[in-house]
Amino acid sequence: MLWETVKLAVQAIFRNALRSFLTVLGIVIGVGAVIAMVTVGQGSTEQVTADVEKLGTNMLMVMPGQDAMEGGPVGTAVQLFSIRMNDLLEEELGVIEVSAPLSMGRARVVFGNENRRTDMVGTDNRYFSAAQWEVERGRLFDVTELQSGKPVCVIGETVRKDLFGTSDPIGEEIRIQTLSCEVIGLLKSKGASTFGSDQDDFVIMPIRTFQRRIAGNTDVSLFIVSVRDGVDTERAKTEIEAVMRDLRRIGRGEEDDFTVMDMKQLATMLSGITGILTGLLSAVAAVSLLVGGIGIMNIMLVSVTERTREIGIRLAIGAQAWQVLLQFLVEAIILSLFGGLIGIVVGLGMGLLGANMLSIPFRPDPQIVLLAFAFSAAVGVVFGFFPARRAARLNPIDALRRE
Amino acid sequence: MADPASTDLPLIRLRDISRVYGMGEAEVRALDGINLDIEKGEFVAIMGPSGSGKSTAMNVLGCLDVPTSGQYHFNGVEVAHLTQDQRALLRRHYLGFIFQGYNLLPRTSALQNVELPLIYKGLGRAERHAAATEALAKVGLAHRASHDPSELSGGQQQRVAIARALAGNPQVILADEPTGNLDTKLSAEIMEVLQKLNEEDGLTIIMVTHEADMAEFAHRLIWMVDGRIERDGRTSRAA
Repeated sequence: MLWETVKLAVQAIFRNALRSFLTVLGIVIGVGAVIAMVTVGQGSTEQVTADVEKLGTNMLMVMPGQDAMEGGPVGTAVQLFSIRMNDLLEEELGVIEVSAPLSMGRARVVFGNENRRTDMVGTDNRYFSAAQWEVERGRLFDVTELQSGKPVCVIGETVRKDLFGTSDPIGEEIRIQTLSCEVIGLLKSKGASTFGSDQDDFVIMPIRTFQRRIAGNTDVSLFIVSVRDGVDTERAKTEIEAVMRDLRRIGRGEEDDFTVMDMKQLATMLSGITGILTGLLSAVAAVSLLVGGIGIMNIMLVSVTERTREIGIRLAIGAQAWQVLLQFLVEAIILSLFGGLIGIVVGLGMGLLGANMLSIPFRPDPQIVLLAFAFSAAVGVVFGFFPARRAARLNPIDALRRE
Repeated sequence: MADPASTDLPLIRLRDISRVYGMGEAEVRALDGINLDIEKGEFVAIMGPSGSGKSTAMNVLGCLDVPTSGQYHFNGVEVAHLTQDQRALLRRHYLGFIFQGYNLLPRTSALQNVELPLIYKGLGRAERHAAATEALAKVGLAHRASHDPSELSGGQQQRVAIARALAGNPQVILADEPTGNLDTKLSAEIMEVLQKLNEEDGLTIIMVTHEADMAEFAHRLIWMVDGRIERDGRTSRAA
């Protein structure tokens, strides 16, 4: 009997294929959205974690100015860093593996007919080890290049692709403002960062070259510090703060005029945000499931009205009320399960697409898929019950008389 | 259901059956103290002007409606006080219905239509198929089994409806103006089918009609006026 009922329901659904599809669209969108959200959310959380690993959980950034997130005077003239300060810091602290000074700016780089606006970084070889960059082709800077500030540069993969296409960049001269600069190395691509920016979109040159020829000053924007293995970053952070206060002659009771940022903290905070966002968006998507359920109820009510005569016939030939109820309930459940199934496929598809577009791993969660499926069945039961009961309560005589 | 052999009551016995709609001033006595016995194997036609209570009588006889007062014994069982679901069971196992408008399920093949009551009887797929095919053969439509009602003529549709009523192997067939939508020639065909079922299979048939020609196919004619039986006698065919 149940199997007959299921078959009957499927027949009824396919008899009105287009209407059935439109009916379940709400469920499709709801389930699809929830699954896509959760899939992308989990992928990006995993990506954040992986990025932090890649970044080195032992990396700290020291920047002039106060932590923007904690508030404090804005726009106050901040004394910038210097190369000397970086070297002193590195020398002073045993917990530091390496510390690299960075000067940064943006400029247009030109090669032949191609040009690109990109990040310019002036630093030395310590940066490559602190930020864990590997050379794809060519080499890093040599001592004379660094000391005398020669016009040489190492480029990121994005810059290479844009300027050189298929040709070999090593040994070519690119022009940065008025400076003609020889490409000596190409870095291995890291792809998009946790923050979504392209990490490979930059040109690196010796810090002296950058300061003299591009920036025209001796400012250093930040230090990238890598902490020795096995050293707690919290401890390193405290020590760095102490030494920096000393180096910058900050008196007791005065606030820091610099910030030490822990990548691990940042990552935790970031994945927290990802989690909240995923939750919020999923909640919005869940609302559309509710709307979808109401859509099903609506169409089932229409269906009961339309098929009043059929119900009359069934009752007349001996169907009991519960059998009619079951028929319409099963139909509603199957309808919403169809919607759920399509939604799962659509959601996973969207999740895959999203994961590809954001270059994050595709992480479907079987639990959520199962939950979405169960939920769509529940929607069918809840929203199908009222129309089904109305059908079951029909009086066969009236039902048969209805046109 | 009681065993029919355990009683000496007729198949159907109505005693002082009334069916009243509305209250007070607006009260309508659709049936007003009907007494009627129908024996197994009878072919009864019910006639009367419109509003005489024919349809209400059919609904009560078919256990679709319950009388306001009086006793209705079907197969020795008092039906008037059964619940809706109990009456559904009674219809399922003992009654077959034929309607004026055929009332077949649209977009459902003739065979599936005929199988419908068998699904509720709980028959398995193979049994259902066999019984439905046999019923269709009996009304001469075995070759139309896979056709939708929309692909069949009115006469054919009504014959499918008869097959559906037959398939459940009922004791009584209730036909409410079965030829109302058909021309004379097709009407006669339908009546011949019913007559054959009555004569060869011993099926009890109760039919409402407003056409005297059709009533002539029955053995007994009940004439109703204002909710009462005015005449009850044998037709010329029976005589």
